[in-house]
Amino acid sequence: MENGKKIVETGAVGSRSSILDRLSSILDLRKLMNYEPVIGLEVHAQLLTESKIFCGCSTRFGAEPNQNTCPVCTGFPGVLPVLNKKVVEFAIKAGLATHCEIARSSRLARKNYFYPDLPKGYQISQYELPICANGYIDITVNGAIKRVRLTRIHMEEDAGKNIHDLLGDWSLVDLNRAGVPLLEIVSEPDLRSAEEAGSYLRTLRAILQYLEICDGNMEEGSFRCDANISVRPQGSAALGTKIEIKNLNSFKAVEKALGYEIGRQTETLTDGGTLIQETRLWDENREETRAMRSKESAHDYRYFPDPDLLPLVIDDAWIEGIRASLPELPGARKLRFISEYGLPAYDAELLTSRKDIADYFEASVTTHRNPKAISNWIVGDLFRVVKERKLDERLTITNWPVRAEQIAELVQLIDAGKISGKIAKTVFDAMLDSERGPREIVAEKGLEQLSDTGSIETIIEQILAAHAKQVADFQAGNEKIFGYLVGQIMKATQGKANPQKVNEILRQKLTAGR
Amino acid sequence: MKLTREEVRKVATLARLHLTAEEEERLTEQLDAILRYMEKLNQLDTSRVEPFTHAADVVNAFREDKVTNRPNAEALLANAPDKDQTFFRVPKIIE
Repeated sequence: MENGKKIVETGAVGSRSSILDRLSSILDLRKLMNYEPVIGLEVHAQLLTESKIFCGCSTRFGAEPNQNTCPVCTGFPGVLPVLNKKVVEFAIKAGLATHCEIARSSRLARKNYFYPDLPKGYQISQYELPICANGYIDITVNGAIKRVRLTRIHMEEDAGKNIHDLLGDWSLVDLNRAGVPLLEIVSEPDLRSAEEAGSYLRTLRAILQYLEICDGNMEEGSFRCDANISVRPQGSAALGTKIEIKNLNSFKAVEKALGYEIGRQTETLTDGGTLIQETRLWDENREETRAMRSKESAHDYRYFPDPDLLPLVIDDAWIEGIRASLPELPGARKLRFISEYGLPAYDAELLTSRKDIADYFEASVTTHRNPKAISNWIVGDLFRVVKERKLDERLTITNWPVRAEQIAELVQLIDAGKISGKIAKTVFDAMLDSERGPREIVAEKGLEQLSDTGSIETIIEQILAAHAKQVADFQAGNEKIFGYLVGQIMKATQGKANPQKVNEILRQKLTAGR
Repeated sequence: MKLTREEVRKVATLARLHLTAEEEERLTEQLDAILRYMEKLNQLDTSRVEPFTHAADVVNAFREDKVTNRPNAEALLANAPDKDQTFFRVPKIIE
C-alpha cells in the first residue's frame, strides 16, 4: 500500500513517462525474484486383494471386458455393499508404516458425480474420519534426509475404464475395475522440487511394496499420481495459485511434468502475468501440460456418509496385531545394510529400493560373505542387463537371468584366486543365457586362472626370449615397456594368468638380468 | 426465503435434472420449507449428545477377501441399451 501510494504521488507531479520508467523498474525487480515451487502429491495405490472392496468379484487385471462384475459393483438398485476386511488391514498397515494416527472410529462416504465409468453415480470413498491421518515419510534428496508429512490415507473404490479411440463416435465402457480397492495417500505441500517429488514417490512405492499391499506398477495404473503445484517468491509464506496435473503415468512423467510446470508458472509470473487455478493434463509426446477443458461448474461432490455401510471401529488389539506383523521397511533395511554389511549409502539405497532386490542381495551374501563385491555385481552388471532386456517391467525378480547364489559363487571364485576380475566378466556373460553356474562354466571353457609359479615362469621366459629388443629398452630405463610385456603375457595366456603373479615374476626376471 | 432459485438451479444441474421455470419455482419453495424446518432443529442444544453416525446400532460388518462371483458379462449386459462385444457402448465422452 505504502509503495503504491508513493508511485501515484510521484506520478501526479511527474510526467507520464516517469511513471512508466518506475513501473518497468518494478517489473525488472520481479524478474530478479526467485520463485520456489510448492508441491503436494496425491497417490492412488491399488491394493493387492483377491476380491473387490465391497463384493466378491475378482480384481484380476486383464480379464475380458465386464467379466468381473456383479450387481453390487455395477450399482444395481437394492444391493448391499459389504466392506472387505483385508482392505481395512492393508490401510492400517500403510498407516502404521507411514507413522499415521489410526482412527479408532472411521466411516465411508459417498462422493457424488456423473461419469460413464461410475455406474452408481457416486464413488464410495472416505471424507470426514479417514482411516489414517497425520503421518510422515522420510525421503533422501542429494544425500540429505527430508521429512514429508502425510495429510491422510483413505480407502475407496476405483471407477471403471472408458476407451475412447476404438470406435469413432462411441466410447466403450468396461467395469472390471469398478470396485477394485484403492488407498488414496495425500501428502502435505512439503515438496520443493521435481527431484523431491520423484524421491517421495519412489520411497512411498517401496514402502507399499515391502508391505506387499500394492505392486506399484505405474504403467499398469496400480500406482497413480496427481500433483498439485504452485510457485511463490522465495521466502514468502503465502501459497501461490494451485495447479493440478493429471495423467502422470511414470516417475519420469512426474518429474518432467513438474519441471515443465515450474518453468511455465515462473515465467508467467516473471512476465507480469497471472495464473488461474485449473487442472492440466501432461502430454507425454509433446512434453508439456495443457489446460483441461474446464467443466461447466466447479466440482461439488456433496459428500455424505454412506448409509449402506456401517461405521468402522478399530480397537487397539487389531492395530497392535498388525503392527507386530509389519516387515522391516526400506528405510530401516537401508540403515542395516550400511551397518551390517559396511555398504556405502548409495549401494544400500539402490539395493533396498525394492524388497525382492534386497532379498536377492541377502540371499547372495548368505552364500558368500563379500557384500561390497556382490553389491557391485548386482548394482552394476546385473542392473544393466535387467534394464537392457527390460526384465524390470514386472517388478519381480523371478525372471532375472542369474540366481542369487550364482552371483555369490562368481565372487567366491574371484576371491579364491580361481579367476581374475576380467575373466569373471566373461563368465558372467556366459551365465546370462545358460542354466550353468559359474563353476561349471569356468571348468567347461577352461577359464581357470593360471596361478602356478612354474607355468607362469615358463611363459614369461618364452615372451622375454621373443622380445629381446623390448627387454633391452626396458633395461635402458624405458619403464613403459613393462606394461607392454605384461600385455603380451596376458595375451599368450588368453587373459588367464594371475596378473599379480605375472607382475611379480616379470619384474624379478627383468631386474635380475639388468 | 433462505434458498435462492440460483441454488436450486445449481443442485438440479449437479443431479442432471432439467426443470421448467414453474418446477424451479415450486421446488425452491418446497426445499426452502425443508431447510427452515432443519433450522428449527438446529436450535436444540445437542452439545451433550453423541454424534449420530448410523441408523443401525451396530458397527463393523466385514466380508472375507474371497472371490465368490463367477465371470458374467452376459448377465450384466442383458439390460444394456447398447453394447459392443462385452463392452457397454455409450456416446463419445469428450475430455
